[in-house]
Amino acid sequence: MDEELYKENILDHYRNPHNKDALDVYDVRGGGVNQTCGDELEFFVKFDEEGKVAQATFLGSGCAISQAGASMLTDKVKGMTLSELKLLAPGDIYSMLGIHISPGRANCALLSYRALSDGLKHHE
Amino acid sequence: MLSSMNIESIKKDFPFFAEHPRFAYLDSAATSQTPQAVLDAMQEYYTSFRSNIHRGLYQMGEEASERYENARASVARFVGAQPEEIIFTSGATASSNMLVRMLEESKRTDLFPAQKGPTFFKEEDEIVTTVMEHHASLIPLQELAKRKGSALKLIPLTETQMLDYAAAESLITEKTTIVACVLASNVTGSVNDVRRLADIAHARGALMIVDATEAVGHIAVDVNTLGADFLYFSGHKMLGPTGIGVLYARKDLLENMNPSIFGGGIVEKVSEESSTWTTSPKRFEAGTPNIAGAIGLGAAVEYLETIGTETIHAHTRELTVYALEKLGQIPGMHIFAAVAETNAGIVSFTVDGIHPHDLAQIAGKEHVALRAGHHCAALYMRALGVPATARASFYLYNTTSDIDALVEAIKKAQAIFAK
Repeated sequence: MDEELYKENILDHYRNPHNKDALDVYDVRGGGVNQTCGDELEFFVKFDEEGKVAQATFLGSGCAISQAGASMLTDKVKGMTLSELKLLAPGDIYSMLGIHISPGRANCALLSYRALSDGLKHHE
Repeated sequence: MLSSMNIESIKKDFPFFAEHPRFAYLDSAATSQTPQAVLDAMQEYYTSFRSNIHRGLYQMGEEASERYENARASVARFVGAQPEEIIFTSGATASSNMLVRMLEESKRTDLFPAQKGPTFFKEEDEIVTTVMEHHASLIPLQELAKRKGSALKLIPLTETQMLDYAAAESLITEKTTIVACVLASNVTGSVNDVRRLADIAHARGALMIVDATEAVGHIAVDVNTLGADFLYFSGHKMLGPTGIGVLYARKDLLENMNPSIFGGGIVEKVSEESSTWTTSPKRFEAGTPNIAGAIGLGAAVEYLETIGTETIHAHTRELTVYALEKLGQIPGMHIFAAVAETNAGIVSFTVDGIHPHDLAQIAGKEHVALRAGHHCAALYMRALGVPATARASFYLYNTTSDIDALVEAIKKAQAIFAK
């Protein structure tokens, strides 16, 4: 249907994003910029003593796709280990969103993933 | 203004609209559509007289050269220049970059008779441009300033978001060698008083560069009226094909300038160590140029001349008035556009609670073509205080019903996001 992209769960995450906050104490912090519109996003991760993600948060403003994506990603990564985070790929983000992302919106969909990847690159 | 009957007949000249009759194409500031006459001119080159220019001693070769030079003459006439002042490039970005390098390669004394020094750019030279510039204009100048260690100064906006000409008076000094300004903004459509800046520049002994990419073919452009020493634009935003653009340079300057792109077709004598250059503008068109593109652009100019840029601008002004009124009635709407009188037919906007990308995507589904983003004008967006906008741009084939469709699409987006 016409509004397939803007499914209710996407709009829910956009309106009421999960974990939209900065972490004062974190293990991973990375940033990304959507080159098409200049939207910026930061992603924070804190591990627990077992090395699993205890907290994941993001900061930034953007379109429904990038914001919902970031919100869903903070939920998704909870409990993951560092190596599991490193194994995440764009395909995982598309499946997580569960909507068809056109090439023109790939930068929006992957903004939080790129911010996380940037943080992982600088980690250790 | 063009009557609705005229628009119907104009639309028939564009195969795109036969293919997409319901499509409200409001993205001409990104690229315009192509009339059949332009396609025919290029097709004729490829099918009837394809050959390289300036070489073939046979009939087709002569025909190709003649058509290419005719296109140059048409483009020159269209902007009030002489044919030998027109260099064909691949587009405005190439023109802008090439011009900066040409200036660097040239002797200072050839460009500024009063000033001494072997090369054009010295560390103490200053460049003045504006926060309204497209990246194609801004970044080559930024890079020049970095290479030379020179200062790059930016003319800011006033509170009413116009260029601050009073600030320009003090920013442009005796140290300034280049002043660069966009004639029509690709974000707000604002038509700037380039003449005013050119007069200040010339009074301080600086050269005036004008980015006329969103202006040529949309408003009347005359290089002499503007006081432009250099001016550039792309073919594809004025009904021409992609991959062709123009750099205009004042003849007395161009004659003494050195090329920055080297190769065949630009030389006079070649020895083991060095070469000397042929006359301008050929000196600046190394290699086989975009012959079909130039011929297509010539045909676009001739097509535009049959309607007239004054008529086209009157039409897009009317559409701008209509758009500003209709969009202004939508709750949560923020408009970023010059008043219709000094607008080249471009209106940017944001809608509360909906990111421009989401807005443009929903509009696209509603058969309305918009553009969303920073429009390659990051400094301008920052000055306007928004990260991105949605943009509608109007041209000769648009009607008020395209704007009605836009308004409906925005309402649809609001309904989706209000759920």
